[in-house]
Amino acid sequence: MLSQQDMLEAERHGRQVRSIYVYEAPVRLWHWINALAMVVLAVTGYFIGKPLPTVPGEAAENFVMGYIRFAHFAAAYIFAVGLLGRIYWALVGNHHARQIFKLPITNPQWWSEVFFELRWYLFLEKTPKKYVGHNPMAQLMMFFFFTVLAVGMVFTGFALYSEGAGLGSWQDTLFGWVIPALGGSLQVHNLHRLGMWIMMTFAVVHIYAAVREDIMSRQSLISTMVSGWRMFKD
Amino acid sequence: MTETFYEVLRRQGITRRSFLKFCSLTATSLGLGSAAAPRIALAMETKPRTPVIWLHGLECTCCSESFIRSAHPLTKDVVLSMLSLDYDDTLMAAAGHQAEAIIEEVKKKYKGNYIVAVEGNPPLNEDGMFCIHGGRPFVEVLKETCADAKAIISWGACASYGCVQAAKPNPTRATPVHKVISGKPIINVPGCPPIAEVMTGVVTYMLTFDRIPELDRQGRPKMFYGQRIHDKCYRRGHFDAGQFAEAWDDEGSRKGYCLYKMGCKGPTTYNACSSMRWNGGVSWPVQSGHGCIGCSEEGFWDKGSFYNRVTSITPFGAESNADTIGKAAAGTVGAAIAAHAAVTALARARQKAGESATEQQGEN
Repeated sequence: MLSQQDMLEAERHGRQVRSIYVYEAPVRLWHWINALAMVVLAVTGYFIGKPLPTVPGEAAENFVMGYIRFAHFAAAYIFAVGLLGRIYWALVGNHHARQIFKLPITNPQWWSEVFFELRWYLFLEKTPKKYVGHNPMAQLMMFFFFTVLAVGMVFTGFALYSEGAGLGSWQDTLFGWVIPALGGSLQVHNLHRLGMWIMMTFAVVHIYAAVREDIMSRQSLISTMVSGWRMFKD
Repeated sequence: MTETFYEVLRRQGITRRSFLKFCSLTATSLGLGSAAAPRIALAMETKPRTPVIWLHGLECTCCSESFIRSAHPLTKDVVLSMLSLDYDDTLMAAAGHQAEAIIEEVKKKYKGNYIVAVEGNPPLNEDGMFCIHGGRPFVEVLKETCADAKAIISWGACASYGCVQAAKPNPTRATPVHKVISGKPIINVPGCPPIAEVMTGVVTYMLTFDRIPELDRQGRPKMFYGQRIHDKCYRRGHFDAGQFAEAWDDEGSRKGYCLYKMGCKGPTTYNACSSMRWNGGVSWPVQSGHGCIGCSEEGFWDKGSFYNRVTSITPFGAESNADTIGKAAAGTVGAAIAAHAAVTALARARQKAGESATEQQGEN
């Protein structure tokens, strides 16, 4: 009964639903694992810098900071390995998988679409455009506030981790140079924390834009990151 | 040929037994194990003493004060004999031209074979006139003296990083030694002051093995600056447990809980305080109830409050730390999003109303 009603309604509106496969399974899986890792990293990271109130009892019976730091490091490894896997997939996956890693900055058409999107977000355009992958504005934001920042967080993060791992550890060999380069351990701690705030601010924008565009634009957004298919509404 | 250390020690009435004790203590404090003790003894018996010129730039003499209180290796007078400290204007009896002549003499006699220990740093502004040594800018004396040296030791935070006189805005342009001298091995021994036993340990190592100790990326001897205060802190257990002093007079403070929340810089400071301690092992800052202030870290005066872990980030102004910037950014963006969402909803409602109106018109 209901489906009949739906079909009738669809027919009445004359809408043609088409879809394109955009995000392959590894990209989708990475997106959600990465999102979860980021939540864990931000929460535990906040409490590493500003710890929870003192716990009562014997020191030997408690391990609050220990567990918080463990969760942070475990999530950090997942984040870092995930990022490596995502870079690999950018090389072997479809061309949408490369979007957040390289910007077509020499293409004037792309830039004009960036400004079109900017006008769309400023309510200066009435009808949005259709995009199969990210819209150019989203791509630009994603590149700087996720890709570049994520690499920065991995470098500063592993540099800080190397302080505990010790001189000569692989973390120290690969990332230890970051600490004197950025002006000392405390400065790296502070910049790493600032990076967390920027990334969380970006996450808020990202989620808002995804929900808004899912409603307002002419294509699906959120379900695309679950199923992989981009549905066009008209 | 100058005397060997052993000859000097014996001449000063130190028994062979005391000498061997000193050798094994030194081996232990350098982390070399008992097998190294005979090697140290042999070196001290056979090698001529290496002359050391100890220069003073812009400094407060706290490095000297610390140095002369070294307990292991041995007592101060033995250490001073051991060093063949040929020039140190603070400690030497000679003064004036007589004293300055010694630098020239050492330079000629031991060309390429003496050590320059620098306490403090040279100011470069106004042609170095902010620090005058024997009537000339200190920077000139430093460059000349270092020209024929075998190695240079930068004592303390001043010589290594600049310390308080190089803190912003650094009016005299006080500059660390390694930025003025090039082409010579430079050993940074930071701290304000460095631990006495670290200072004598570095010197002993260099004299004994005739080479500079293994250094880290910042030119610090790995054996003393390889780990953070936090890594060897006796309150580390309370840190991992999540037990912190939250105020200077609270229960946690009395119980000796971790001082992290009180701004202890132990987790970001490389030094040997928590393992070697101070004043012959009597105590050290955290043990006496105050957090580490990070005096052996680069630019520690410019890194914000001593009593906060999340401190100022210099490029963004003195009072901004990661949390204030982050919360401001997140708050602003959050408010902007709320406003944007509201406008979107309004625009959409208006558009919908328009659409249904046209639809109704079409149906009719």
